[in-house]
This record gives sequence, structure tokens and C-alpha cells, in this order.
Amino acid sequence: MLSVIDYEKALSGRVKSIKPSGIRKFFDIAGTMEGVISLGVGEPDFSTPWVIRKAAIKVLERKHIIYGPNKGLVPLRAAVSDRIEKKHGVRYDSEKELIVTVGGSEAIDLAIRGLIDPGDEVLVVEPSFVCYAPLVELTGGVAVPVPTRIENNFKLTAEDLRDKITDRTKLLILPFPNNPTGAIMTREDLEPIAELLRDTNIIVLSDEIYSELTYGRRHCSIIELEDMRERTIYVNGFSKAYAMTGWRLGYVAAPAPIISQIAKIHQYGIMCSPYISQNAAVEALTSCDAEVAKMVDEYNVRRRYLVSEFNRLGLTCFNPEGAFYVFPCIKSTGLSSEEFCERLLYENKVAAVPGSAFGDSGEGYVRISYAYSLKHLMEAMRRIGLFLEKLEAEKNEDKGSC
Amino acid sequence: MKNEIIRILQQNARISDTELGEMLGISPQEAADQIRALEEDGVIRGYSVILDDEKYDKSAVYATIELKVTPQRDCGFDDIAKIIMMYDEVESVSLMSSGSYDLAVEVKGSNLKDVAFFVSERLSTIDGVLSTSTHFILKKYKEKGIFIDNEEPDERGMC
Repeated sequence: MLSVIDYEKALSGRVKSIKPSGIRKFFDIAGTMEGVISLGVGEPDFSTPWVIRKAAIKVLERKHIIYGPNKGLVPLRAAVSDRIEKKHGVRYDSEKELIVTVGGSEAIDLAIRGLIDPGDEVLVVEPSFVCYAPLVELTGGVAVPVPTRIENNFKLTAEDLRDKITDRTKLLILPFPNNPTGAIMTREDLEPIAELLRDTNIIVLSDEIYSELTYGRRHCSIIELEDMRERTIYVNGFSKAYAMTGWRLGYVAAPAPIISQIAKIHQYGIMCSPYISQNAAVEALTSCDAEVAKMVDEYNVRRRYLVSEFNRLGLTCFNPEGAFYVFPCIKSTGLSSEEFCERLLYENKVAAVPGSAFGDSGEGYVRISYAYSLKHLMEAMRRIGLFLEKLEAEKNEDKGSC
Repeated sequence: MKNEIIRILQQNARISDTELGEMLGISPQEAADQIRALEEDGVIRGYSVILDDEKYDKSAVYATIELKVTPQRDCGFDDIAKIIMMYDEVESVSLMSSGSYDLAVEVKGSNLKDVAFFVSERLSTIDGVLSTSTHFILKKYKEKGIFIDNEEPDERGMC
């Protein structure tokens, strides 16, 4: 007799209930088509600076590739600690308050799993990267979206936040500079948020993975604000700033009572971050500032180009001050963001990500990445221009027929 | 600003003033003025086109010729270089700091014979040219920062 296994029964209910990423869907369609030009990626188009790669080659040639200490290589933790202090004037003990993680992603996962019990509420500022709510749901927690609005330049305001706080609120996820909007928070923007949180027991998970990529002004972290270091889990990494996505390296800094607990999850689940990458990353922190500045200059040229092109084409585009995305509003087309992206892909072969993939408040927008060469972006804008002309012509036809 | 303009034009000199202005956060008029200033100052000498001869002119032949020359009294290598650069066949002339030769000359011809005769009849007969050594170019992969061979496919995913 044939033995039949019921996978529905075998799999975890929580896992089955979480949705797959909305970004992925468009990527999969685009992959099956010829001649598609993508604006979808969330990783730099630059190569990792050569000194970093050279450091990795040296490790491969001269060292045993070992696990290494759970929390990360000692020189790397020291360099990370120095870097945070240099940037924000806040010191973290490299032994007790830092873990080197497998990308910022693992750091986020550690923080959420370390804090959330079933029924706990997590405030997720939206639109934002797709991983927060699913990770919260996996712990049995409840993700509570906190929408930001274009009227506020997609910044989080204390008013947005205040109503969402309940007795069960444990964590606020603060993702700035923001993917997908490119919004940043200044010290003045952060102060009212900090003020609201100071009397509570709510912890902030500050995902600052894009912190090096700001245009015009320096990124401010909430840890710089009075009384906020002790209630913040600071997450950053090497992927975006140093074009090191594939190296899988990030870090989490937090007060010792938090680190000592989440270190257990890291130890049992991951053991330690990749040894080769960790060795190379020391080089990133100590000798790549000029390379990063060069990349930022190039991103900035692309950013300015896209913002004014979208505005010129009639899609209102908020002026982002960070990350490498622009987030034009497509409401004037009368299409939903998903319809817009689907038609743009099928009809003019440009792949972009619908804003709705980043939370309900992203509806009416599309995310356009500028981690592409100017040549690539100019061709994409030409196609988007043609697409918009076509939509406009359709509208006029409709009007004519009735 | 100057550096950024040049960096952008080096990637694509056909960009419009409007687009250049957008990229730099200035008006199209200001962008045009900046370029004109660079042209007037002689910083920008001209604009050209980079071709894939595999597609445009398969029989075209390119060669780099190393020239050993006797420097002339008072003007060194300049006089000879100026004679050489007047030929239409010559794409570039550079003075080299090399122990074995002095001028590097890039030549384009419609076939192998053309180039060979140009070297033997035009270049080597110039007064002061002591010897020539010709290297034929078989394939160009990248020129002036532009890929001529196909670029690697983008393997990045959307996440």
C-alpha cells in the first residue's frame, strides 16, 4: 500500500500562515521574460571595495577557516564598537553589548525572538522592509502597523505612534533611513518619539542598515538621544554601505541584559557568522570611508535624476534623503500599485516593486531602486515615459467614448 | 561640480542638458553653461563614439605601433608627434615613458595590408624615426570605460 504523508499536518501552523514576500513575486515573473529591465533590486550595483576582497583572499590563503567566537571576532567587535562611538558618540562594550550577525536580517530576527512572547504587540512603522511582521508572527506576537504618510515626508510622528501603544506593546521597529521610501529621521524628528517612549517599558529596534547612505545630511540614531541607549536595540551591517550583501554580515548592539539573552539564540541557531567575511569586514571599517563616499556621490546623482524625472513625467515623487530608493506616487494613473507594476512589466518590460508589498500604507506608490548604472536608469525612465503616455491615451479614449 | 559633470559625460556624452541638470540639481541652462565653460577652457576637447567593430565594420584593422625616434633639438619629440598625428589613419599618438620605445601610435585601416603599408611607407620614412614595431589588435573588450564585449548578466535578486 502506498504510504501518503500529509504535509499540511506536518508543517507548523504559524509558518503556513505567514505570507511569502510580495517583492519576490514580481522577480519571479520578470525572470521568465526576455529583455526586462529591472528597477527592483535592494542591493548595491558596486563591487565590494578591493581592499576588503584582498583581505578575504589573504585569510583564505593563510588561515584555517574556523567557526570563531560565537559573538564574533574580537578585532571586528572592537572595530564595530569604535565605529558606533565615532558616528553616534555612544559606546557599546564589545564583549558584553555586541554580536556580529549573519546580515542585519539575523540581528532583526534575534531581537524579535528575544523580546516577544505570544500575544505581545510589536509596532511596525510602515511602509517598511518586508521581514518584520512575518518574524513577529512566527513568535506568536502581533504586528501592529504604524503607517507613515507622505504629508509628513514618510517620517514617524508621535501622533502616529501614540494611539497604537497599548499595555501589550513591547517593541517599536524603527526602520530609518527607510526602505522603501528613502525617508530619514532627524534629531528633531526623533525627539518627540523618544519623549513618548521614555515613560514606557517599550524597547526600540532601530534598523539602521542604510545609515551610511544619506544625501545632504548625516544620519541621526535614536541611541544618541537622552535615555534612549538603554531602551534601544541598534541594528546595522555591512551589506549596503560597503556593497557586501553576499558576505552576510551585520551586527546588533544593545544593553548587556538583552545581548546576554539573544546571544543564546545566535549561539544555538547560527553558532557564528562567516569567518572569512568577518576578517575582511575589519578592513571595511578601518580603511573604506573614501570608497563609501564615492558610492554615495554616485547614488546621489542617480537619486536627483530619478526624482526630477518622475516629477517631470507627472508622478509626484517625494524627495528621499536616504537609502537607494525613490518612491513615486502612482495614484494619478488610477491603477493600484500592483496593477501598475504588472502592466509596466508586461507591456513595457520594466520591473518595479509595488508599494503595497511594504505594507498597506505603501499602496499608491511604487519602489524604484537606483542601485543601477545611469545608463540603465535612463533606459528604464524612457520606457516608463512611454508607458505613462499610453495610460494617458487610454484615459482620453475612455473619456471620448462616453 | 566640474568633476561630476565630467564623470557623467564620460559615461554618456549624449545626455541632454535637462537630464544632466536633473542629476546635478541645477537648471538645464546652468548645465549647458558649465559644459560650454569646460569646452571653452579646452578641458573638453571633443566628443566621439565608441563602436563595436564586430557589428559595424568587421574587416577594420587596428594596430598599436611602437616608435623609436630621435628627439629633435629644441622640441624633443613634439615635432615628430605632430607630423604623425596629422594622418587620418592615426587614432591616437602618445609619448611614452618606456625604455624600449618613445611614441605609441594607434592606427586604424580597412585591412591588414593598409596598416602594414601605412607603417612602412608613412611612419618609418619620417625623419628621426629609428624603428617601428607593430602589434595588431584582435579584440577590444572595453574602451574609454565602455564595455564592448557583452556585460555579465545581473544576478541580483529583488529583495
